[in-house]
Amino acid sequence: MAEYSAFALLKNALTGNQDWKPAWRKPEPKPAYDVIIIGGGGHGLSTAYYLAKEFGITNVAVLEKGYLGSGNVGRNTTAVRSNYLLPENVRFYEHSMKLWENLSHELNYNVMFSQRGCLNLAHTPGQLDDYARRGNAMRHEGVDAELMTPAQIAKLVPGLDVSASARFPIIGGLMQRRAGTARHDAVAWGYARGADRRGVDILENCEVTGFIKDGDRVVGVNTTRGEIRAGKVAVAVAGHTGHVMRMAGIDTMPIESHVLQAFVSESLKPFLHTVLTFGMGHFYASQSDKGGLVYGGDLDGYNSYAQRGNLPIVEEVMSEMLALFPSLARVRVLRSWGGVCDMSMDGSPIITTGPLPGMYLNCGWCYGGFKATPASGWCFAHTIARDEPHEFNAPFTLDRFQRGTIIDDKGQGSTPRLH
Amino acid sequence: MLITCPYCGPRDVSEYTYQGDGNRTRPDPASTDQEVWNAYVYDRLNPAGEHHEIWQHSGGCRAHLAVTRNTLTHVVSSVSFARDAGHKKSDSRRKTGAKA
Repeated sequence: MAEYSAFALLKNALTGNQDWKPAWRKPEPKPAYDVIIIGGGGHGLSTAYYLAKEFGITNVAVLEKGYLGSGNVGRNTTAVRSNYLLPENVRFYEHSMKLWENLSHELNYNVMFSQRGCLNLAHTPGQLDDYARRGNAMRHEGVDAELMTPAQIAKLVPGLDVSASARFPIIGGLMQRRAGTARHDAVAWGYARGADRRGVDILENCEVTGFIKDGDRVVGVNTTRGEIRAGKVAVAVAGHTGHVMRMAGIDTMPIESHVLQAFVSESLKPFLHTVLTFGMGHFYASQSDKGGLVYGGDLDGYNSYAQRGNLPIVEEVMSEMLALFPSLARVRVLRSWGGVCDMSMDGSPIITTGPLPGMYLNCGWCYGGFKATPASGWCFAHTIARDEPHEFNAPFTLDRFQRGTIIDDKGQGSTPRLH
Repeated sequence: MLITCPYCGPRDVSEYTYQGDGNRTRPDPASTDQEVWNAYVYDRLNPAGEHHEIWQHSGGCRAHLAVTRNTLTHVVSSVSFARDAGHKKSDSRRKTGAKA
């Protein structure tokens, strides 16, 4: 029987809630593992989970430098969608979407996945044409997409300024109804528990300080909790890819780390029933189950590892919100934060074997890593277990930049801050 | 974040446009070495700490500036005109043999 169930809830309520087990153990590091995963965020934990579940590899350690889920998995705006243009991206993110749709059941952990839809607003005829093209590309791959008229949008999002006198009038939008949001901490905790119950060691407060090499081959890591050896070392450290790879002797990567800010307002009664994006700037918002608006905009636009941003972007995000919802002018901001994003040179991720023997790399998530969590782990686990990529992540290689097979959904070129 | 322009004095970051990593030097246009061009276009040092970068004072005197800024703290430690700065060419290249 499932560990968490209505029956277990009732039984533990009657016995004073004394018998719940911790969701994961706090083991001491073993001297060696089959696989070490550096990074105890969403992607590292889901990789460990799928390694154990799909491939039966359970002698695995996940190394987290802080506490579990203290990085980007707890710093995002929780949107989940697969509304991409290029077929490589659509297939990968749609695989993720399908895993999301069954995730709570699979993990026996309520990740509060809510398919409330994601609506991209269009403000110019050219933009609407572009959305129609993207919607067609999605439908061609079997993903749901529909164009909405201003009347339909006004009905769906009552607070929105759809008047012709708006600063940027809304002339339509692209809707993916299966998109939505999920509870980001629960995703980390659910994967952690699922991996732990299958025998994976989750080692918190265990920062990697160097790689142990035998010739060119990576055979283990030095950590703040001692030396740990492994047959395979996987790196899933998002914004910190650059300096972790430098420890392994690789000086440059096709990655820049940038700071992205996010904001939460005070709680409001339910009024925004979908994930909404503004087309004339870069703004996206959803309303959490607690009632707070969760929203954000552009990167600050310069290299940063600071996990905090500057005020010009705060002002820009707020002004974009007010362009859409003038009625929110007096709503107070409850909190804001910054996350370090691993911006790749074409805006698409890297999930691959190498670049050194014995090493596996997962990075380049830009600011789209959260929605990819299940598929990223699933594909990375396949890549680690089989020593070759799955067809879903075969296009996302590290050498695609050299080969000229970049996957640039936005067509921005090698300017990471614009992806 | 304030950047002190050598012409205009300390100004808010919103007056500036980020031009990116200043560690890169454009290869000889006549060069057909794919690896050199690939490194120039795609590879970045991306340090957690002092970073050489180019900013333009686009909302002011429009000069291009060579800035050294700490990516962990956002503290700007030096600003000079990019034409005078001549940041040292980075000789680090990605290790070849990425099998991927």
